[in-house]
Amino acid sequence: MISIIDYKAGNLTSVERALKKLSVPCRITNDPNLIGDSERLIFPGVGAAGEAMRVLQGEGLDQAIKQYFLSGRPLLGICLGTQVILDFSQENRTPCLGLLPGEVVHFPDPLLDREGSVLKIPHMGWNRVDWTRNHPLLRQIPTQSHFYFVHSYYPIPRNETAVLGWTDYGPRFPSALAFKNLVALQFHPEKSGPPGLALLKSFSEWEGKDAD
Amino acid sequence: MLTKRIIPCLDVRDGKTTKGIRFKNNIDIGDPVEMARFYYDEGADELVFYDITASAEKRGIMIDVVQRVAEEIFIPFSVGGGISSLEDMRQVLLAGAEKVSINSAAIKNPSLIEQGAKAFGRQCIVLGMDVKKVPVSPATPSGYEMVIHGGRTFTGIDALWWAKEGARLGAGEICLNSIDADGTQKGYEMDLTPLISGNVSIPVIASGGAGIPEHLYRVLSRGKADAGLIASMTHYGTYTIRQIKDYLKEREVPVRYLW
Repeated sequence: MISIIDYKAGNLTSVERALKKLSVPCRITNDPNLIGDSERLIFPGVGAAGEAMRVLQGEGLDQAIKQYFLSGRPLLGICLGTQVILDFSQENRTPCLGLLPGEVVHFPDPLLDREGSVLKIPHMGWNRVDWTRNHPLLRQIPTQSHFYFVHSYYPIPRNETAVLGWTDYGPRFPSALAFKNLVALQFHPEKSGPPGLALLKSFSEWEGKDAD
Repeated sequence: MLTKRIIPCLDVRDGKTTKGIRFKNNIDIGDPVEMARFYYDEGADELVFYDITASAEKRGIMIDVVQRVAEEIFIPFSVGGGISSLEDMRQVLLAGAEKVSINSAAIKNPSLIEQGAKAFGRQCIVLGMDVKKVPVSPATPSGYEMVIHGGRTFTGIDALWWAKEGARLGAGEICLNSIDADGTQKGYEMDLTPLISGNVSIPVIASGGAGIPEHLYRVLSRGKADAGLIASMTHYGTYTIRQIKDYLKEREVPVRYLW
């Protein structure tokens, strides 16, 4: 069974609906025991890092997620769920879970494109991902696919080999990370139409091995 | 590169769309869930539902529509019309909408923007603006005034000031509707749109007046809009989303295709 972590951040039900559409069984839970007992874990989220970490720690979910990750089973982070996987977020100056070394930063403000025009923040809408390598989760996805983004912060892993995909918005930023049994996405696969659903489907079949 | 979004708008009354999709073979789709599914498959980037249900008792029908839409389409969609409290917002978002659009309620009670952004995140809060061109005056230095009740009531509020104030209070996006251009199919308001979009840091969706793909091209390039709202031009089968996007792509406006 796939568990979706409930930590009161954002729209959990949209991930659940997407999995339902794919006929993949799942449950939304904030029970550390059920999380420890899951075959796969999705860490979704929309909201602010400070409040998210406060809830995770308050309910003992931070330890449950760390232990789950160390067990080698597949873990998928989405948006805020991706950001709090790193060591630290500039948002509310928040120490985070530290599953992956690195930190989360705000887009430069003002943010300029190559011609010097000001870009809007948040980065909201559809953008492409330039994948750095193959990965089992990407098998069904054409390389030109667009995904839906909405965020003002983005992750920078300390080791660039953890970057699975880059996206151009002003300067390019890491929009997908892969490290061992973890894949972490800055975009929302559950709101990204057919390629997003294909990615979630691949996750539901993934065994947690990075090599393709 | 971030693409420009094409967003069909569906007006819903008592659970039915007021303008169905009329196909060339005279088949009409009036069910909002089926219409949403049609536009999802066609490659719409987002959808807007505008609830024009008059009676409060029937508002529950819209929540049911939102739930059924959310089970069928996996792109963002927003819901507007009659949302006037945090509880209204919560219901729509829990039912599966990505965003809520607030319009006259925000004018009557600006703190609603702030409260909504705090409770649900600013990316959820769309400030809907109905705007009319007026003579420049001390109260309306931009020459554009906020109106409510479908344009019948002037508020005395300057549109540019309100856009900046809405962004400051926490709106994550603006849906900018020109009452003068709305329904004309003669093109978006090309002075108002860049004025607003060039002066706020949040994305602006242009609304009102779209009739042909060139109108979208103009508003998404020179008009500085981040997205364009469309209705009649695709509802009546005159154009497909794909045709509009092909037209834009040929003119080097970045667009998204389905896969």
